[in-house]
Amino acid sequence: MSDASSGRATRPAPAGGPGAAPVPTKVVRLRHPWRIVVAVLLLAVVAVFVIDAAQREAFDWPTVGKYVFDQRVSQAAGFTLLLTVLSMVIGVVLGVILAVMRQSPNPVLKTVAWVWLWIFRGTPVYVQLVFWGLLSTIYTSIDLGVPFMEPWVSYPTTALLNTFWLAVIGLALNESAYMAEIVRAGLLSVDPGQSEAATALGMGWGTTMRRVVLPQAMRVIIPPTGNEVISMLKTTSLVTAVPFTLELYTRTRDISAAIFAPVPLLIVASIWYLAITSVLMVGQYFLEKRFARGVGARPDTGPGPVTGAMGAVDAGIAEASIAAKHGGDAR
Amino acid sequence: MSEQTTASAGAGAAAAQTPTPMVLAEHVSKSFGSNEVLKDISLEVKRGEVLCLVGPSGSGKSTFLRCINHLEQVSSGRLSVDGSLVGYREVGDRLHEMHPKDAAKQRRDIGMVFQRFNLFPHMTALENVMEAPTQVKGVSKSKARARAHELLARVGLAERADYYPAHLSGGQQQRVAIARALAMDPKLMLFDEPTSALDPELVGEVLDVMKGLAKSGMTMIVVTHEMGFAREVADTLVFMDGGVVVETGDPGEVLANPQHERTKAFLSKVL
Repeated sequence: MSDASSGRATRPAPAGGPGAAPVPTKVVRLRHPWRIVVAVLLLAVVAVFVIDAAQREAFDWPTVGKYVFDQRVSQAAGFTLLLTVLSMVIGVVLGVILAVMRQSPNPVLKTVAWVWLWIFRGTPVYVQLVFWGLLSTIYTSIDLGVPFMEPWVSYPTTALLNTFWLAVIGLALNESAYMAEIVRAGLLSVDPGQSEAATALGMGWGTTMRRVVLPQAMRVIIPPTGNEVISMLKTTSLVTAVPFTLELYTRTRDISAAIFAPVPLLIVASIWYLAITSVLMVGQYFLEKRFARGVGARPDTGPGPVTGAMGAVDAGIAEASIAAKHGGDAR
Repeated sequence: MSEQTTASAGAGAAAAQTPTPMVLAEHVSKSFGSNEVLKDISLEVKRGEVLCLVGPSGSGKSTFLRCINHLEQVSSGRLSVDGSLVGYREVGDRLHEMHPKDAAKQRRDIGMVFQRFNLFPHMTALENVMEAPTQVKGVSKSKARARAHELLARVGLAERADYYPAHLSGGQQQRVAIARALAMDPKLMLFDEPTSALDPELVGEVLDVMKGLAKSGMTMIVVTHEMGFAREVADTLVFMDGGVVVETGDPGEVLANPQHERTKAFLSKVL
């Protein structure tokens, strides 16, 4: 890239007559020597830390290596991922429904959505998870029928919902309240002229939402949703409250309690959490690209040199999205 | 029986002799809170007629236009398009507010073009034009695509079918918006200051498309500041100020020889 541009820059100006010396047009880029100095210093600090950590007994690397691909651990990571994906999918679907309900002209739908939000956002997720765990104690059977009459069918709650599904429900309902607000922010970000144009074309409210408003809101919805996914991945460690004990954190804690080695198994858990987060971030990148239609790069207009400006803009967008993801990590 | 029934029966008898006007406004008023933006407007637009609405900003032109396809609700009076009341059903001597679904059905036949284009930015020009026929009328994708190509060619944008709105100029966007409205085969087209958001050099291309449309016999109501266009294309010119129709007539006459002081004052500023 830099070769190509400097090559272009040194090309002699066409204005110069035959044999005339080329006008010096070589561009000297601004140098940033201090960046290199700081980077080297930081690398040195990291190197010292790594060398030290490699020799430190407490980290117990052989144990880390032994358990990182242990079947119990990888299975627990699978459960963590499954919990995350299931509760996020349900949470997003419910969140979209709730946000649309809050924006609807129907006061009944509005109130229902508001009360839902009030309850699930107003209490800690840990408390909610403990409640879901106690569900089978509070409601020993799930009945279908007319209230205060003999039920048509009756199932014991424990037979219908095991701890895994209770954990999924608990996480999903809590998440739906947060997703509803994220989706609502997205809906509000769309120019009201858009729904007006759709209305003028004869589209109903539902079609307008589905075809015109929501697709445009997605651009605003996706980055904070990526945050929520990563946050959810870590919140799954709370489902021990239900109690569901097969996910990553509780499983590694159990193993470490049995072999009296807390630190290495924490490292094992962290490695898995980081690995899953990285995969999810890649997914977010592609989703963002998909919904950037109409605002990103120009369609290919046939052969012709890509201009430097376009390249720079693309690079800027990529950097910005990477920065956004790192922001997500911090949570 | 009430007076109103006899009145509407009389109107029906009149309609038997002359065809129903495309738009008929009778004593239409509209208020936003205590602010009355339309005061007792009565006017008629015949089939195939091109009517230009002119006047200073805040005179109620756009509000009147938006009442015609029920983006705004009239506060009192009767407004009908092609013989049917906009937004209401008449049962006996009462007007029942329409369900939004029925109102949406009415709007299918009325095309609207906005000052700010309001193209769907996440769809290409072609998809913009295909959207309403496929989603609202249930036209098959292949048919809608063929028709969309045809319409884009008609507005001179055959080669830009796969461009997103962000990559089109203002004039091109507005022409796509016209094609999008035409895709629903409307019997009436409403233009709300279609060239006001455009660079001066791009105004012509949009007006040319509108002229072609007028020639093809489309009934059009155009809110505009383009007096040249009004003189050349309109059959009727309506001058509005302060929510009232001040003057109506042949555009050539009204522009050359305005009768009212307010019209004179306005025209002396814009001409």
